[in-house]
Amino acid sequence: MLAESLLLSAVLFTIGVVGVLTRRNAIILFMCVELMLNAVNLTFVALSTLYGATGQVFVIMVMTVAAAEAAVGLAIIISIFRHRQTVHLDDINLLKG
Amino acid sequence: MHTDLPPTGHPLADTVARFAWLIPVLPLLGFLANGFLSLHAAATPGPADPSAGGNHHGDHGGHAAAHHDHGHEDGHHAERHPAAGFVSLIGPGVLLAAFGLTIAVFFAMRGAGEGMHAPFVMTLFQWMPTGSLSLDVAFQLDQLSMVMMLIITGIGTLIHLFSVGYMQDDPGYPRFFAYLNLFVFFMLILVMGASYPLMFVGWEGVGLCSYLLIGFWFSEQANADAGKKAFIMNRIGDFGMLVAMFLLFANLGTLSYEGVRAGAAELVFGGALVTAICLFLFLGATGKSAQIPLFVWLPDAMAGPTPVSALIHAATMVTAGVYMIARSATLFSLAPVAQLTVAVVGVLTAVFAATIGLKQWDIKKVLAYSTVSQLGYMFVGVGVGAYTAGVFHLMTHAFFKALLFLGSGSVIYAMHCAYHATHNYADAQDMRNMGGLKAFMPVTATLMWIATLAIAGIPPLSGFVSKDEILAAVFARTHHSTLAEATWLGIPGSVVLYGIYALGLAAALMTAVYMTRMMLYTFHGPNRTGEAERPHLAEAPWIMTGPLVVLGILSAVGGFVNLPKLFGGGMAEILHHWLEPVVGEATLQVTLGETPHLSHATEYALIGTAVAIAVIGIALAWTRCKPAALVPAAEAPAEVGLEKTLANKWYVDEAYDRAVVQPTLGVSRTVLWKGLDTGVIDGLFVNGSAYLMRGLGWVGSQLQTGRVGTYAWVLVLGAVAILSAFSFR
Repeated sequence: MLAESLLLSAVLFTIGVVGVLTRRNAIILFMCVELMLNAVNLTFVALSTLYGATGQVFVIMVMTVAAAEAAVGLAIIISIFRHRQTVHLDDINLLKG
Repeated sequence: MHTDLPPTGHPLADTVARFAWLIPVLPLLGFLANGFLSLHAAATPGPADPSAGGNHHGDHGGHAAAHHDHGHEDGHHAERHPAAGFVSLIGPGVLLAAFGLTIAVFFAMRGAGEGMHAPFVMTLFQWMPTGSLSLDVAFQLDQLSMVMMLIITGIGTLIHLFSVGYMQDDPGYPRFFAYLNLFVFFMLILVMGASYPLMFVGWEGVGLCSYLLIGFWFSEQANADAGKKAFIMNRIGDFGMLVAMFLLFANLGTLSYEGVRAGAAELVFGGALVTAICLFLFLGATGKSAQIPLFVWLPDAMAGPTPVSALIHAATMVTAGVYMIARSATLFSLAPVAQLTVAVVGVLTAVFAATIGLKQWDIKKVLAYSTVSQLGYMFVGVGVGAYTAGVFHLMTHAFFKALLFLGSGSVIYAMHCAYHATHNYADAQDMRNMGGLKAFMPVTATLMWIATLAIAGIPPLSGFVSKDEILAAVFARTHHSTLAEATWLGIPGSVVLYGIYALGLAAALMTAVYMTRMMLYTFHGPNRTGEAERPHLAEAPWIMTGPLVVLGILSAVGGFVNLPKLFGGGMAEILHHWLEPVVGEATLQVTLGETPHLSHATEYALIGTAVAIAVIGIALAWTRCKPAALVPAAEAPAEVGLEKTLANKWYVDEAYDRAVVQPTLGVSRTVLWKGLDTGVIDGLFVNGSAYLMRGLGWVGSQLQTGRVGTYAWVLVLGAVAILSAFSFR
């Protein structure tokens, strides 16, 4: 059971990484980051069978931070969209040197 | 080396010799005081130094001495230096004090008598204690350094006094005395040092002072160039000196004279090593003492003030090479081939320079070539292992050549004053503009005649005795000596020695001729200076003629310190016995352990030949040189044929220019400057490193895209790389 859980976690994480690297839509990027976070959560939960409940505590922490992050991140994205009518990352390059 | 101070047990340890270190320190203090006055005056308004104060009338003589005397007789005496009075006190004063102390040490040494078989080495402080090389600043007082110290401080004092008169109106007066004092300091270090490196310090120091004093009137390009020429040619010799020192240290492990003297016993007689050491030492001597092939700087050095020519370029510095070989007698006596080389080069220089001296018109150039020639004689002396004879000629030469130079200075001074008074820009040093000066300056004329007869070799004057001793020594060594048994470039040594003797006689003949010619053209016949100038010709003031008189007496009687046994009786060979503890052993080694013996008949014959040669030379010049037929330099016809070649010094300068100077310049310009400096250093290293950094910067800047996606890619790749590195470890 542990091996399968870790494998799933790895697959999910990889999908998240590939998504971050290849997609340019801010929302999808955002969702991929969430995917990576949750892949890590899954690892924590899976490994807690071996190492006790500490991992589960971390999962709660991560989910809390992820919720806060989602709130702030989505707010920023909406704000950007209102400003520039796009959430395509290649167009959001005002600070580029 | 030992470091105890002072060495106990030596008979000199408790005498005035303890204070011998003061002898060089006194001139050093003089240098500091005069140098301060010179700089101080330069910082205050007024006739500052350095200034071209004397040159505002324009250049007339090229390198006429007493240049700066311009202007002082038409009213503005203001050019005299404000501190001149003080400087006149310090400059000669310190020398006089040093001379007095030297005399005291001399008497202490004489008093020590038999106890002086070992030198008195006083260690002042440790200099370079590094590993196996431990050098001290130590002075060595022995009979040889004593002779040199007496010459340097004695003649030095006289020349300093002369300079007080000669240079009095020069705006650089304190600077002149500062350099002169510094020179004496370094010269004393050279002869008093107890090791080769300390001698080398003095050796370089006198070279520096020579450079500074040749270019004393540096506002004229020719003078500055002459200084540079002397300095650069001396560097070639110094290279030899250094290599010799390296060889000594590598093979004997010591550089002190006493150490080398003791270590020389291990060297193989006639071996390649000792021969190489001696030849490299001699290369050093050819630079400093103006021998073939490095002699061309000395005539140019006459661009300096005349007292400088007398002190540095006649009496003391240029004889340093002779001193050095006498000092290294132990080594040279082990290397007959090197000795023969020294003697051959010496005699060739003597003849070669004498031929040039025959046709020079500049009075100082005649004396300069004469100096080169006489230095050649000294090298013949030390070369054939007659170290005493070489040093003896060094001494008598210091007397009569200093007198000749100072006398010529006095003549130039008079000529200059005369030309100055009438604003004539003719050359004050050209003999064609002189003539008949005997009537105007009888004291100078008489004294210079004494010196001329001395250098020509008329008995019983000093030059006769010393020159005869050298020639007799050469003759005596043609058989039964290490030199006669050696071969030099495949020629048997005795044949070489006979050749040296013959050439020595030829040089003696020419010496008599050119000196008499110089005297005739300068002091006899009608005066060619000019109608307007004639009333202004006069004897120089007493401060200048006084030293001349002293030198005149010394030139006349200086030979008595080493009369040959034939005449001397109880007075014979005083100098020979005096120097015996230093060079006696080495001399005996050359002559196979026996004092060279010539039968009385042979000796009389040799002396008769030498005197006959001198008389013939003088007579030849007297009959051939017609002062009455001369015309002033401006109207003189150009020389032709051999005369022209001689007047142009055998075109040696031109040959060196073609063979050495121009190729060096060419290589410097194309290869070193355009190729190495501009191409490699500037292009490759300086600009190249800048281009390299710019390229690297460009590569680096390409990483900074400003796209978060790229950074994320790099981050992930990095993470993967690290992880895989951990996994596949």
